[in-house]
Amino acid sequence: MSRVNTSRALLLLRQARRPGRLGWTDILAYGYLALGVVLMFGPVLWLVLSSLKTPAALLEFPPSFLPLTQKTISVPGHAQPLELHRVRLPDGSVKELAQVRRIGIQATMIDPASPGGPVIRVPIEAREPVREVAFAWSNYTEPLKQFAFGRYFANSLVVTIVATLITLLINSMAAYALAIYEFRGRNAALLMVIGTLMIPITIVLVPVFLVVTQLGLNNSLWAVILPGAATPTGVFLLRQYMLTLPRDLIEAARMDKASEWQIYSRIVMPLTLPALAVLAIFSIMWRWNEFLWPLAVLTKSEVYTLQIGLNAFQGELQTQWHYLLAMTVMTLAPVALVFVFLQRFITTGIANTGMK
Amino acid sequence: MSETGPPPRAIPRESLASRLIQAVAGLLDRPMAWIQRAVGGRGMAYVFLAPNILFFGLFVFLPIGINMAMSLTGGTNLFLSERPFVGTDHYRSLMQCGSYLDPASCREDHFWKGVSNTLKFTLFQMVAMVGTALVTALVLNRKIRGRGFFRAVYFFPVLLSPVVVALIWKWILQRDGLLNGAITLVGGEKILFFVEPGWAMFWAVFVSVWAHMGFYTLILLAGLQAIPADLYEAAEMDGTKPMRVLTRITLPLLWPNLVVVLVLVLIKAVQTFDEVFVLTGGGPGTATLMVVQYIYETAFANQVQNFGLAAAASMLLGAVLFALTMLQLWIARRKAA
Repeated sequence: MSRVNTSRALLLLRQARRPGRLGWTDILAYGYLALGVVLMFGPVLWLVLSSLKTPAALLEFPPSFLPLTQKTISVPGHAQPLELHRVRLPDGSVKELAQVRRIGIQATMIDPASPGGPVIRVPIEAREPVREVAFAWSNYTEPLKQFAFGRYFANSLVVTIVATLITLLINSMAAYALAIYEFRGRNAALLMVIGTLMIPITIVLVPVFLVVTQLGLNNSLWAVILPGAATPTGVFLLRQYMLTLPRDLIEAARMDKASEWQIYSRIVMPLTLPALAVLAIFSIMWRWNEFLWPLAVLTKSEVYTLQIGLNAFQGELQTQWHYLLAMTVMTLAPVALVFVFLQRFITTGIANTGMK
Repeated sequence: MSETGPPPRAIPRESLASRLIQAVAGLLDRPMAWIQRAVGGRGMAYVFLAPNILFFGLFVFLPIGINMAMSLTGGTNLFLSERPFVGTDHYRSLMQCGSYLDPASCREDHFWKGVSNTLKFTLFQMVAMVGTALVTALVLNRKIRGRGFFRAVYFFPVLLSPVVVALIWKWILQRDGLLNGAITLVGGEKILFFVEPGWAMFWAVFVSVWAHMGFYTLILLAGLQAIPADLYEAAEMDGTKPMRVLTRITLPLLWPNLVVVLVLVLIKAVQTFDEVFVLTGGGPGTATLMVVQYIYETAFANQVQNFGLAAAASMLLGAVLFALTMLQLWIARRKAA
């Protein structure tokens, strides 16, 4: 920390020496960052804007930036609201008129200000639709009714919460054993934990499927929750943290006749909360976003998680981008919220552990 | 956000989380006391270790053994007792090739197409990923305003799910998408990005770099911030040119971190599946089919589920990953020494 403070002080000194001077490298740096903002945020912004467009607006090419729809107006004497157009009249003036009907290349318009007035016939090239920004919220509400999107959301929520709780419990217990006790086989156990780092699910896809089938867990959420519950990274992270706790505390508790379980759960766990929080955030991220294993093991749509459901939709709904985009935004939203509130935890956690 | 961000605060012991732990733990007090009476205080180490080791055994170590057995047996049945022994048949049919340079001449042409695509992907992705992460880390390490904001901008896609990432880009790259809109606006012709093999591979690499670059940037940034500031001070006193500072101070001192990132990227790239699978589906044809997709489809998605062949292919992939992880551990040890 002191190193950072000195270097910051030096920076301040340097800035004081030549105030406000921007070198060419600074300009390049800010240019790069500006490009980065567009390239990183742009696609997500585009997704969100697009998800609020009506199907008709999505078909438009080239696409408009904002979600626009044809503005309509209610005119007395007409049951349906009429489309509003900006029309260039033969005398050269431009007026906003409501379209009554269109036959071929001829459009019949009336002036909404004087509904009883004469109809005006114009060629369709002379008119241009008046459009306004309108958000198609039905893209968001319809999938909840029409598809089992709510079900998938709930499944993902259950998987994420239950799996994270199990991971926190069994990883912290193992970390406690490896950090506090001297026992025969400790090195072998540590080696085992390192060994599992080398065996990602991509390698054991088929046999884990066999194990899960043998356990009778096929097409239940447990099939997704259990296989990844014990994580080597979690054990390492928590053990590293527990090694820094003062041993006297544990010895003192033993003197007071506390059981080993009580020492673990009442003394060590509360002191390990910062590390547990980091692991919890990671676990939530892993579980919410997990794809390959659930894809392999979940074949019934009632147990689909959000990611698998979304992937299935993108196969089926090729022509219904408006629903697909809205569902993508809904899948992304919880992660975005977590990031906004816990950004500092996540970035320092990654910088400290080098894992994700 | 400030320069480095303070370390996460210790949470006060009476916090909600802590009280929750106490309440739940209280339920287990009595059974655990009985167990301790049975195994003794030191024996409790094994009790604490047991659940985690049981999970590892069941879902990692046992499967490795089963995988071996699966790869040596045939048939379409999942259960080992129902599978006839076929020896190294699966490995032999995987390796049976007219010429290893031409996937089409192989018996399992999709496997070799996957190998060749994965190699290509890995090569391009490593260069692009490490290059952009390095440049971004160097820029973020300068005294710029709003560094925390910019760091977050580059980092946030790391948290997005592969399906979301792929759909975001699929929407932009589709025939009537934003990018083709921009191209026609400047007078170009629409490009069918997912119909032309070259473009499909380009976007597969691009999208995966877009999604994961922030993670590697963070690691490199941590490395850059560990370089002593007085070195830069001294260089400035001597009036050293920025380019020379970069090649003589920054890059040599960052080198160990760069190697770590390089190997991490390599290990991840070899296992590439999800983003590319959702983005291109392995297409057009098999132009972006990766090894992991081949394994997944052979075992789960094809009409005839060939578990043995998939197991054999994943054993081969496992051997490659094992070698790469050994390389990683060796480098980490050398770095520590």
